[in-house]
Amino acid sequence: MKILVCISHVPDTTSKIKFTSDGHSLDKDGVQFVINPYDEFGLTKALQLKEEHGGVVSVITFGDSDVEQTLRKALAIGADDAYRLDGVPNDGIQTSQELAFFIKENEFDLIICGQESIDYNGGIVPGALAANLNLPFINACIGLEINDNVANTVRETDGGKETASANLPIIIAGKKGLVEEKELRIPNMRGIMTARSKTLKVIELSGAKSLSESISFSAPPEKKAVKIISSENIEELVRLLNEESKVI
Amino acid sequence: MVIIYAETWNKKFKKTTFEAVNYGARCSKEIGTEAIAVVFGECDSHLADLGNHGADRIIHIQGIEQFEPFSFATVLSDIAKEFNGKLIIVNGTANGKSLIGVMSSLLSSSAISNVTELPVNYEPINVHRSAFSSKGIEKCSSKSNCTILGIVPNSIGIISLEDIESIIEVRNIISKGKTIFGESQNESGNVPLPEAERVVSAGRGMKGPENWGIITELAEVLNAGTACSKPVSDIGWRPHSEHVGQTGIQINPQLYIAIGISGAIQHLAGVSRSKTIVVINNDPEAPFFKAADYGIIGDAFDVVPRLTEAIKSFQK
Ligand SMILES: Cc1cc2nc3c(=O)[nH]c(=O)nc-3n(C[C@H](O)[C@H](O)[C@H](O)COP(=O)(O)OP(=O)(O)OC[C@H]3O[C@@H](n4cnc5c(N)ncnc54)[C@H](O)[C@@H]3O)c2cc1C
Ligand SMILES: Nc1ncnc2c1ncn2[C@@H]1O[C@H](COP(=O)(O)O)[C@@H](O)[C@H]1O
Repeated sequence: MKILVCISHVPDTTSKIKFTSDGHSLDKDGVQFVINPYDEFGLTKALQLKEEHGGVVSVITFGDSDVEQTLRKALAIGADDAYRLDGVPNDGIQTSQELAFFIKENEFDLIICGQESIDYNGGIVPGALAANLNLPFINACIGLEINDNVANTVRETDGGKETASANLPIIIAGKKGLVEEKELRIPNMRGIMTARSKTLKVIELSGAKSLSESISFSAPPEKKAVKIISSENIEELVRLLNEESKVI
Repeated sequence: MVIIYAETWNKKFKKTTFEAVNYGARCSKEIGTEAIAVVFGECDSHLADLGNHGADRIIHIQGIEQFEPFSFATVLSDIAKEFNGKLIIVNGTANGKSLIGVMSSLLSSSAISNVTELPVNYEPINVHRSAFSSKGIEKCSSKSNCTILGIVPNSIGIISLEDIESIIEVRNIISKGKTIFGESQNESGNVPLPEAERVVSAGRGMKGPENWGIITELAEVLNAGTACSKPVSDIGWRPHSEHVGQTGIQINPQLYIAIGISGAIQHLAGVSRSKTIVVINNDPEAPFFKAADYGIIGDAFDVVPRLTEAIKSFQK
């Protein structure tokens, strides 16, 4: 089975987010970048499926040379080969089209994305990719099993879940549940050593255009200082929630 | 035209569906056009209720009962093409999030998700959205003729518009799905989290799943959804679907009550947009207090039951 894991390269979850003084972009100074947490679940799932069914796990990121450290990490975790689409993505549509262009030329049985990138929180790429490739799509996928040529999946709904199945090839957008937190794989020494000899191929873009653009970024408004209420005076909290915040 | 996906759940409109319709209607007034709400499958709610929130026309699709991203996205996209859709409005629910990318590709239209306000401009569409897990606000501009907006449930609210006697049109359409969906099941409380106006949430400070009774009781008197921190769902004290935060569900209720949660940056990323935040924690140094509107320093096992009682007496 040929599996492709689409990985976005995002600020670590503990990062303090600041923007450049012109407000045009993220200030990357001092920010650590990691594999998008949703994609980490997908990568581990791909490796498990390979162990079960045999095959190859490839990883791909659309980004400039900075993202290679993230791809190397994915190789160290166990992916067999890596691809970098050489450019800077501007929006989800452009990203999905570039990924689709690559996938059409390389054919995969299973394409695993994350439910969203934790940087821009777009949640656009996987569905757009599925429509572009005309493949079945399961968003917020929290369970996946492959039997013969059929993917049996579980999708998260608002406050519940439902099952869905489709023939391969299929695109899923995964999240925690696809594998459990404790199953997540991390690079070990051997992995880091062998990652160096694995291929990381740089691919030229096909020239897809973005359809939206960022104009500016700003920080959210600051909260006012907290009002501490004595635990002996809970009625006061109820009064404030009613009269001041008007939420009850 | 402005096209709105009028989502149903168990054959009824979701509460947030009215917000999406209202949003779409307000946009259509700004542009000087009409709002079309699209309803799929059998519906026990009154279609006319959508008119009361501003829909000029309601298209009721029969023949497609169950949600499937391709069949829904294809119908909505075809309607957008037929009526020269300028804006398509979809809620950021589980279904909505499955549709927005698919539609953007079917229509070659820009898709802007996580929208928290009405557009700032309409020519081109410029709109604010939440990014970096609520740590930033992005102003985004659409470059395509038609723009799909995914709005964050509860972030915009509903204003009353003139009641409209909407035109109701029924269409029969054969499904074009690619996946076969099975039964769905609900696992959390009565109020689905993404649309809950009030949320009661608890963390590792609760010590064990057997202690959640006081949390669900408080949630019940407030008609609130229940949520939890990530470690709590990781250890299996609560279902995954209750996990809020950067890697869980992102919510923005009117009221968020955090009990025995330290307030790690990843937790705050999913809840900091809540309008009012109450923190109950026995550690005065807990970082969550810095992000709170009101704080009570105390033992959850003592404070929470008394808070529940106080709210009950207030409600009488
Ligand atoms: C990649 C990554 C992603 C993450 N994503 C998320 C996420 O999406 N959501 C999330 O929640 N976390 C996330 N985390 C985890 C996060 O960093 C914290 O570890 C987690 O939020 C802590 O959970 P907690 O507050 O329940 O537990 P703790 O940090 O253990 O805090 C328990 C709190 O309870 C208080 N307490 C104890 N006893 C009582 C009592 N009797 N009465 C009142 N208060 C009491 C304590 O003072 C303490 O503040 C993520 C971490 C990583 C690395
Ligand atoms: N630049 C990228 N390169 C590769 N995959 C991406 C990229 N951006 C997004 N993806 C994939 O699409 C998912 C959702 O991203 P997004 O639509 O940007 O929120 C991610 O979890 C990745 O799997």
